[in-house]
Amino acid sequence: MTSGWARLRRLAPAAAVLAAMAIVTASAEIPLNERRSGYADLGRETKAMQDDDTANPGMLAVLDGETLWSAKAGSAGRSCADCHGDARASMKGVSARYPAFDAASGRPVNIEQRINLCREERQQAKPLAYESRDMLALSAFVGLQSRGQPIAPPDDARLEPFRDAGRETYNRRQGQLNLACGHCHDDNRGQRLAGIVIPQAHPTGYPLYRLEWQSVGSLQRRLRNCLIGMRAEHYAYGAPEYVELETYLMWRARGMPMETPAVRP
Amino acid sequence: MKFMLTALLANVLVMTAAPAQEALQRYEVVGDAIPSSLTGVPGDAERGRAIVLKRENTCLLCHSGPFPDERFQGDLSPNLAGAGARWSEGQLRLRLVDASRLNPATIMPSYYRVDGLTRVGATWRGKPILTAEQIEDAVAYLTTLRQ
Repeated sequence: MTSGWARLRRLAPAAAVLAAMAIVTASAEIPLNERRSGYADLGRETKAMQDDDTANPGMLAVLDGETLWSAKAGSAGRSCADCHGDARASMKGVSARYPAFDAASGRPVNIEQRINLCREERQQAKPLAYESRDMLALSAFVGLQSRGQPIAPPDDARLEPFRDAGRETYNRRQGQLNLACGHCHDDNRGQRLAGIVIPQAHPTGYPLYRLEWQSVGSLQRRLRNCLIGMRAEHYAYGAPEYVELETYLMWRARGMPMETPAVRP
Repeated sequence: MKFMLTALLANVLVMTAAPAQEALQRYEVVGDAIPSSLTGVPGDAERGRAIVLKRENTCLLCHSGPFPDERFQGDLSPNLAGAGARWSEGQLRLRLVDASRLNPATIMPSYYRVDGLTRVGATWRGKPILTAEQIEDAVAYLTTLRQ
């Protein structure tokens, strides 16, 4: 009798794991040769806006970022350029490789977190808040140096558990509408949600200018919007879940060209 | 003592002022249908049409329907035209209340269910997407879509 109970109690965690697995219903990943950037579905005018640097509103953030790159900051009195030199050379392809593994924290960090690590450790400056003008400017300027470069997640085994966690979050039903990211962006990509073509959710152009926002915003801002649309609780900016999602999404978009600063509706 | 009493009273007032959580109506599933009205009375088809069209109620995000004046309709899911010919009233009711009972992989949200959900935002937690009255009105409307 007691052994029966003991066995049941041992089995309970396994049952819980099975129940959790049932909730995660993985969508089929998009075949590599069927992937397309949201750019492909833009109207002619929005495409033209992205393509012309004098018309692309995201370039204003880039220009601000260029100024910040050479501005001394923090008690170290050092600028980004003092260590990294000309960003056109030193930052080429960098945003295309992030999130990357940070040995000190034992976790992946995205490009915004990398910028803040530099600020805190090298410049002894205060970290910049997510979505602040300066953070968007610096990440847009750094991102521009990867424009046209293929997204190239590091071949780093330490990233794998975080990428897997991101994939699980992507495929987990959430919110009052009980939807997973993959329900729209994999299973129903190219269909129309309320008349609007559902993109494949490849983060090729962040930070990007969204006409709906009338401003530049980060990938995490976009993820937050989607979660609110699903009527789910969103995560705090910089939360591990977001960085894991970013890690998965960049891997999912591997090889696709960077477009920062992209323009989207 | 007087202070404590005031505090206690204030507490009671706050508790009664908070909107009581509407308990979901019980319902019986027979086959692939809920034959009886959730409210015990038939819904109103005219109000139901407005419910189906209202953007916050999310129907037209995924479905299209016989609504030539509505610009933004979805095409992820079956067109609502003819829904009343394809399904009985009871079948429509279950499909609105909890379509996942019929197909666990469906993307159709359960419009009258609050359990088994994950990370529901605070604004929506513990509330069904539609009330029992709204479900009945929507069902009454959908049964009229026979073409």
